[in-house]
Amino acid sequence: MKSILAENLTKTYPKGQVKALDDLSLDVEEGTVLALLGPNGSGKTTTVRILATLLNPDSGRALVGGIDVTEHPDQVRQIIGLSGQYAALDETLTGWDNLTMFGRLYHLSGTAAKARATELLERFSLTDAAKRPIRTYSGGMRRRLDLAASLIIKPKVLFLDEPTTGLDPRGRQEMWGVIDELVKGGVTLLLTTQYLEEADQLADDIAVIDHGKVIARGTSDQLKSTVGGERLELVVEAQFVARATELVATTLGVPPHIDESMRRITAPVTDGGASLIRILRALDEQQIHPLDIALKRPSLDDVFISLTGHIAEEVKND
Amino acid sequence: MIETIVDCLIITKRQLLQLVRVPEVLIFAIIQPAMFVLLFRYVFGGAISAGVPGGYVQLLMPGIFVQTVAFTLAGTAVGLAEDMQKGLIDRFRSLPIARSAVVIGRTLGDSTQNIVTLVVMGLVGFAVGWRPSSGIVKVTLAFFFLLLFGFAMSWIGVLIGLSVREARVAQNLVFISVFPLTFLSNAFAPTTGMPRVLQYFAEWNPVSTMVAGCRELFGTPNKFGATASSWPSEHPLWMSLIYMALIVAVFLPLSVRKYKNAASK
Repeated sequence: MKSILAENLTKTYPKGQVKALDDLSLDVEEGTVLALLGPNGSGKTTTVRILATLLNPDSGRALVGGIDVTEHPDQVRQIIGLSGQYAALDETLTGWDNLTMFGRLYHLSGTAAKARATELLERFSLTDAAKRPIRTYSGGMRRRLDLAASLIIKPKVLFLDEPTTGLDPRGRQEMWGVIDELVKGGVTLLLTTQYLEEADQLADDIAVIDHGKVIARGTSDQLKSTVGGERLELVVEAQFVARATELVATTLGVPPHIDESMRRITAPVTDGGASLIRILRALDEQQIHPLDIALKRPSLDDVFISLTGHIAEEVKND
Repeated sequence: MIETIVDCLIITKRQLLQLVRVPEVLIFAIIQPAMFVLLFRYVFGGAISAGVPGGYVQLLMPGIFVQTVAFTLAGTAVGLAEDMQKGLIDRFRSLPIARSAVVIGRTLGDSTQNIVTLVVMGLVGFAVGWRPSSGIVKVTLAFFFLLLFGFAMSWIGVLIGLSVREARVAQNLVFISVFPLTFLSNAFAPTTGMPRVLQYFAEWNPVSTMVAGCRELFGTPNKFGATASSWPSEHPLWMSLIYMALIVAVFLPLSVRKYKNAASK
């Protein structure tokens, strides 16, 4: 069953002439994770806002848990959790205050809201900070609490809009751990990110989005294979570049690509490890010692560039 | 219906909890009007001849009460603008609660805060010589009127708070609109000294009718206006009620609609 289904969504904001969403379609199978990967302004947040009933599309339709988001937004709100780009919490209140308030607003009884708050604070390692105002929290703690707030009713479908943007590496690792746990618990997750690594790490499936359209869809491996397989990268001292190039060409039987300034020789390989050993032997016979040699799989960065012709912007600029 | 009321009260409770967690906010909300009482009482009080028993302070206190509750909309506007900026409004909107709950809860919370402020100001006023002479029933009624006016003004704040991009803009917008409104009235000085045009404005200004109404209820009736026998100056309480009803009738639906379509900045 599809937990999220969006068909031909379009959205143009009144102030801009550009289409935020241009005939965007996507679907997420129940219990799986889809990462919406794209740079700023590509339409990720708009998609999430439509699916989370915060915004109506100009045309197209969207179902979450089988319910139409524009026709029955109230029913959709009963089954979703949303954690946005910024920690949407009351900063002056404590973590405990926030969770109990949201619990009550989800119509839990007072006792149930308190029990759930205790449970979530425990689960997200925030028990010690429970009685402190949010403004004293670190970025990572805020995000965890924000995520906790979106899990109060144990949503069937969870939307995380750039859950780690602005976090330091440690905060990001923590967040990934927490999200991983959730996914194991069986929630359907739609995650947006500009971090290629994050999509790779967390998602079953990736939809690459640019200018309001899904331009590629598949698993991380499938996307990577669209830009080709493995390649061998070899860096040698300047005086050896010519000889090493010839050697690689004869050993592998393909003309390598040479980056003179970096003294880097690159060639596609099909049998990975075996090619590497053959090259190393040949180099050793000629007494050429590589400064660096490696087998590289294409990264999602490579995928993004080959699909869009531009690099994914990782810096927030709005 | 009951559920919606409970939702409103939860939002109200949130605001009161904020006051407990950050008491400075309430302290400043009290100090400012208390300071106004003292300044006007002792700086202008000597220069303005009141011509009423008990002196200028009898006229001043209702004026400051009204000014203070009129500024309720500042708190509402800034609070909501901040919630918008932080994405909190988005979260509320993704919850299965009535669309009106967040804004009604907010206006109720701001009104509750007014109770505390008014009590403190009343005490400060009493300390500097203010003596309402109309009896407990009318005095209570006057305070009730003031709270109602604050509640009505708060709805204008909702619309402002949800419309601006930043909390600071809300703050400035409120200041430049409400400040003149409270001064182009009978609140601090008789309107008869103003240019004719402003006198007409002051006569129909809701702040003036509120002030005149409260003076009446506190036992120091005070005629005002350019034309001595105009309807607002003859029936200030009724006129005030009509204004409040109008404000709520216009701004409540506009605000709820705005909230529904609110987009986080």
